[in-house]
Amino acid sequence: MLDLPVQIIRGVLAGLGRFSLMVMEVVRSLATQRLSGRDLVAQMYFIGVKSQTVVLVTGAFTGMVLCAQTYFQFHKVKMDTATLAVVSVSMCGELGPVLTALMVAGRVGASMAAELGTMKVTEQVDALRTLAAHPIDYLVVPRVLATVLAVPLLTAESVTMGILSAYLVGVHLLQIDPGYSVVNMLRFTDHRDVLMGFIKSLIFGGIIATTGCYKGMHCGQGAEGVGHSTTEAVVYASIAVLMSNFFLTLLLTRLLALL
Amino acid sequence: MIEVRQLRKRFGDQQVLDGVDLTIERGESLVIIGRSGGGKSVLLKHLVGLTHPDSGQVLVEGQDIAQLDERELLGVRRKFGMLFQSAALFDSLTVEENIAFVLARERKHTPEEIARRVAEALEMVDLPGTQKKKPAELSGGMRKRVGLARAIIYRPEVVFYDEPTTGLDPVVADSIDKLILRVCNRLRVTSIVVTHDMRSMQTVGRRVAMLHEGRIYATGTPQEMMSSADPVVSRFVRGISDEKEHTF
Repeated sequence: MLDLPVQIIRGVLAGLGRFSLMVMEVVRSLATQRLSGRDLVAQMYFIGVKSQTVVLVTGAFTGMVLCAQTYFQFHKVKMDTATLAVVSVSMCGELGPVLTALMVAGRVGASMAAELGTMKVTEQVDALRTLAAHPIDYLVVPRVLATVLAVPLLTAESVTMGILSAYLVGVHLLQIDPGYSVVNMLRFTDHRDVLMGFIKSLIFGGIIATTGCYKGMHCGQGAEGVGHSTTEAVVYASIAVLMSNFFLTLLLTRLLALL
Repeated sequence: MIEVRQLRKRFGDQQVLDGVDLTIERGESLVIIGRSGGGKSVLLKHLVGLTHPDSGQVLVEGQDIAQLDERELLGVRRKFGMLFQSAALFDSLTVEENIAFVLARERKHTPEEIARRVAEALEMVDLPGTQKKKPAELSGGMRKRVGLARAIIYRPEVVFYDEPTTGLDPVVADSIDKLILRVCNRLRVTSIVVTHDMRSMQTVGRRVAMLHEGRIYATGTPQEMMSSADPVVSRFVRGISDEKEHTF
């Protein structure tokens, strides 16, 4: 009767163990192996440049809707000019990093799991190993490093686009005073909010890439295995981003308050 | 050169390898035959270090590779080349990039030298001028040739072939067999071929080992295997199924 729960717990622990070993191997490779600049640039292009459209659109519409909703509430208590400040703080510290990470998880995490999973089931990963190339060095490290570098940049773009869009909606559509709005925004948006968003986006980038690569490298057999891994990569990375965001907010708020 | 001692491997309830003992001498051309699903490819993967055994040893020049981790194995694998059943070419790379993979990663060779050696390797496998093609543009036989060119360009000491003629028509299969012989004779490499193609066995094999029920059941020359009076060997090499068997 206890067999099934025991098996599930054993499976989860084994998975966490394999994931930890992969992350350790990535760190070891980063510290000891020479990274191919060409592979890194190719991944940066795919992860960073090619994700811009989706991230910019997400940032723009998030900023716009946040501005409109905040304005509708603040207008009742005559606090219209605080609208952009709320948008800015929310976008920098929470919405920018989280929504960017979720969009990148959907696009890049899925792609990594599918690509590496297909390579695994078609024996291309084994072929790499016989050609004296470590799959972690050749496949995983460039993807992880590129994602960790690209997600903060994408987050910055998303936040900027969100604030700009909110400004346009607030000033031109909702007729908020531009001068007071900008002054309030700069007054209430602390460098700690920006730093929090930056640190979060670095961590989210690591979560997305390691989850996508792990799911690809450990996928099951055949097309079904690749399909499952792809879905799981997106689901697990998204959940991990949302859960870690809560704890990071608590932790970073306290740590950054010391600055 | 390679010695396998009491190799055991189990997947779930199935004991795939159950105490395999095998010695492979330098320069020999060994063919491993056996039923589909009988563990031939699993044995081959143990010889290259792609799979770790549950117990037993795989000694390569005296070093037990079953005890090495993935990074330590990279040095050992530099002595090996492998042609996979599906060729396992990297989809995203051209033929040239596939073949030059090891040389390019070594960063010791000039682009001109790499291009020359790729051309030589393609010449050897009768596919000159295909450098810029992508694997998707190649037929099954051409993919295997490119896979072989990739496996031999860095002059390995041992080349492993995992069912090299599976899925090919008889004419192309024969050309692949002749290619294996050519590589073996010209480069003086040790060849280990896993197959259940009896014609291929007779063409490329100097010695044959039959894997049956997880162990090396019989060894001999191709002629000895073909004329064996042992019922298991005889039925296999002649392709006679047991009437009670319904494994299809």
